[in-house]
Amino acid sequence: MTVEKQVELNEVDTITVKFAGDSGDGIQLTGDQFGNTTAFAGNDFATFPDFPSEIRAPLGTTYGVSSYQIQFAAKDIYTPGDTPEVLVCFNPAALKVNLDVVNKGGLIIVNEDEFTDKNLKKAGFDGNPLDPTSETLKDFRVHKIPITTLTLQALDEMDMGHGDKLRCKNFLALGVVSWLFSRPLEPIEKFLNKKFGKKPQVLEANLKVLHAGFNICDTMEIFPIMYKVPPAKLEPGTYRNINGSLATSYGLLVASQKIDIPIVFSGYPITPASEILHTLAALKQFDVAAIQTEDEIAAVTMALGAAYAGKLGITGSSGPGIALKVEAINLAVMTELPLIIFDFMRSGISTGMPTKTEQGDLLMSLYGRPSDSYLIVLAPSSASDCFWISIEAVRLATKYMTPVIVLSEGFLINSSEPWKIPDIDNIPEMKAPFRINPEGYLPYKRNKETLARDWVKIGTPGLEHTIGGLEKTNETGNITQDPENHDLMTRLRYEKTQKVGNDIPDIEIIGDKDADLLLVGWGSTLGSMRAAMEVVQASGKKVAMINIRYLNPLPKNLGDILRSFKKVVVVELNLGHLNMIIRSKFMIDTAFLGRVTGQPIPVTEMIEFINKELDSLKEH
Amino acid sequence: MSTETNQIKYKATDFKSAAEPRWCPGCEDYAILKAVQTAMAKIGRPTHEHAVVSGIGCSSRFPYYMSTYGFHTIHGRALPIATGLKLSNPELAVWVVTGDGDGMSIGGNHLIHALRRNSDLNILLFNNRIYGLTKGQYSPTSVKGMVNKTAPYGTIETPVDPLGLAIESGATFIAQISATYVKELVDVLIEAYNHKGTSFVHIYQNCYIYNNGAFDGFTNREIRDDNNVKVEHGKPLIFGKELNKGLVMGYGKFDIVEFEPNKIPDNIVIYDETDPVLIKMIKDLEFPDSPVPMGIIKRVEAPIFEDVVREQITMAKDKFKPDLKKLIEAGDTWEVK
Repeated sequence: MTVEKQVELNEVDTITVKFAGDSGDGIQLTGDQFGNTTAFAGNDFATFPDFPSEIRAPLGTTYGVSSYQIQFAAKDIYTPGDTPEVLVCFNPAALKVNLDVVNKGGLIIVNEDEFTDKNLKKAGFDGNPLDPTSETLKDFRVHKIPITTLTLQALDEMDMGHGDKLRCKNFLALGVVSWLFSRPLEPIEKFLNKKFGKKPQVLEANLKVLHAGFNICDTMEIFPIMYKVPPAKLEPGTYRNINGSLATSYGLLVASQKIDIPIVFSGYPITPASEILHTLAALKQFDVAAIQTEDEIAAVTMALGAAYAGKLGITGSSGPGIALKVEAINLAVMTELPLIIFDFMRSGISTGMPTKTEQGDLLMSLYGRPSDSYLIVLAPSSASDCFWISIEAVRLATKYMTPVIVLSEGFLINSSEPWKIPDIDNIPEMKAPFRINPEGYLPYKRNKETLARDWVKIGTPGLEHTIGGLEKTNETGNITQDPENHDLMTRLRYEKTQKVGNDIPDIEIIGDKDADLLLVGWGSTLGSMRAAMEVVQASGKKVAMINIRYLNPLPKNLGDILRSFKKVVVVELNLGHLNMIIRSKFMIDTAFLGRVTGQPIPVTEMIEFINKELDSLKEH
Repeated sequence: MSTETNQIKYKATDFKSAAEPRWCPGCEDYAILKAVQTAMAKIGRPTHEHAVVSGIGCSSRFPYYMSTYGFHTIHGRALPIATGLKLSNPELAVWVVTGDGDGMSIGGNHLIHALRRNSDLNILLFNNRIYGLTKGQYSPTSVKGMVNKTAPYGTIETPVDPLGLAIESGATFIAQISATYVKELVDVLIEAYNHKGTSFVHIYQNCYIYNNGAFDGFTNREIRDDNNVKVEHGKPLIFGKELNKGLVMGYGKFDIVEFEPNKIPDNIVIYDETDPVLIKMIKDLEFPDSPVPMGIIKRVEAPIFEDVVREQITMAKDKFKPDLKKLIEAGDTWEVK
């Protein structure tokens, strides 16, 4: 690349870029590819794909806007960024929706071809914001690029349909942005070769426009500035880009191999959980039976049937589907079978906002079943942590013979980050505790240490027994309505999950152990909490934080940690689930920051909240 | 595994558990329990190779009375649980015990999909046209106008047609029998077991307490021969105490003809359990105008769910070597030094 013109090269430490356009514009693909070049350049990064639930909303409307935000940096980062410094808009609607979020003084790149009267009207603009007289964009640095025209020009000589040509325009934009951030084009070329290797014309067209986009910037001096974000200092090793959906699936496959039991995963299509079913369905070579069932109840019960048989019975869904599975989950609690349930939480009650994220299912997971029903609840804290949590879910379910709910999030499924690929040989083997010996076998006789009953592969000679939803006599498993026995069994089921507390790691405090204020969160809020904490620390104040990955049972040192701080601030994407648990269980006062916008909590908002709480401590 | 075990002679009592059945006196579930145990003894496989899965209802207590593996699950969900079990261990003989409410009301969706999925399950649907365990509410098969606890002025809905449902869902084995035909029931159960794929056995079972006599019109010993037609592949459709009645092709339905005993006319239909037209016509026979068909209504071969799942896994293994390390390290990777 030659930069002959007078272009300022601006080296920055971190930057946030957002692509926005119609959901049919290929925004997610563009974002993913930009993410790949970012990884290739050695930056740390975090992404946030955000799309409407309509597959193809009417063109040019504000509710049809799909976006992809990425923050990348020369240092460790934890979130996809609050507000983009650079916004790439494919149409007026994308501009309209994102005007409020772009940093003042930020750079906005628009496809000016799309700013027609008709599109402007659809987006709800009075007049054209690109007009020199318009005040709308006065706070921003706007670059108008005729992306559509340039795409058609670049493909002028190609013998292909107008529509097919237009479909390439996102790669023109990608060429432009690659230039702006001094990115090599190789990773994108590699991707295109792989994707369109069998369609030489499509390949050629996309490569052409990609280079056209890049070269236009080089020759036409569109931007007076170029950005460079130097590589981040990550721990040495081999890295790849991973999202929560792949990490979850890979974790399950590793666990299946380590315990030497095949997976039966049954699911019913639901946003955003279907991704796991898609991924596993394509990985049958790892002895995975991935079944799409007739409904959510069949999905959980088929997995339960597999767990009963002696397989890793796993199901996944989101709120509405989990609600339907509740009765079957209680059968798994009653029959003490290692059923694993993934809840990829989405936003809102009922259908809510299916493609948006939230942490609203914590209380349902812990308490949302009839009677005293206890099971293990785990929550991954990042896209890559989904890998480790999946392995942990298999380990605990099979060791303690109990269902496990993994509270994952829509945000984690779709967002991606660099992942240092672990050496799977170093992951410990797990013991499949199948009972074979018929001597002295009783279905509900328990292991003294774990209180787990024996797992029997159905079909094993001499171990014939019947289990079911009716209350059992301890040890023999005979059905009974004896009052004291029911009391005993209810307590045993509770105690069994509490035993898991001896088998999980202590929580580690991140940040200043001698701070007065402790931030407490679970799941994906880890990223924004950490980012906020570091900003506050940089201003000379002390802050500590914890992320709880084990939500039932809670880690044993949690109480001591909570009590050792003057102020505990609970942060959640709900109106106070964990907050209520902490207050009632540990009898301590807390401050609470909760948001249910369908988006991660902005770091700036969290910083403000922390500073306010720190100030109030000073006043006392 | 069965070649070796076939040598062993089993008795029906070998399949009986120590638990004492707690159905009401006079309940025909006792007869079906005995028939299943007798069939299993004749099938000749040991107890640990059978699993009985049930839902909720009177009939669903069944697994407790068996010495095999058993799973008494939740209302309506026995079928997907049994499918997960069979998929995980295809060697097992998996029996599903369900009722008209469990199987066709709360679990109706699973029944449709289990039948079209064709996992090698043996579904025994006990139909007593009433909710017994909950003490006498109408069921999806209760006849229109029947007076009961939840329909003091008579039920309003058209009853489900179990055979029609099974046919339309694509079941590969459909049989119908009454619990009062003890020997025939055992035979049907053995055939259901022998069929590879989902077997749907619809059993008329009298509830002595809440719907007594529901099937008397065609199961009472005195009159049943004149009101049932035995359905058997390759055999003429004849019935009657004197075997003097038969079914001939009419206009889109069977017509009944009478003839002199032992002189079966040529136009009596010879039943073909694979013929979709005959299957439909035989299921359309409506009591009391026509006799009730008893026997194997449909039997065809089709790919079995768990076999195909396994075939696909084998295919995938042949195509892509299952290398987990390679999978995880795939894609665009980069080194940080």
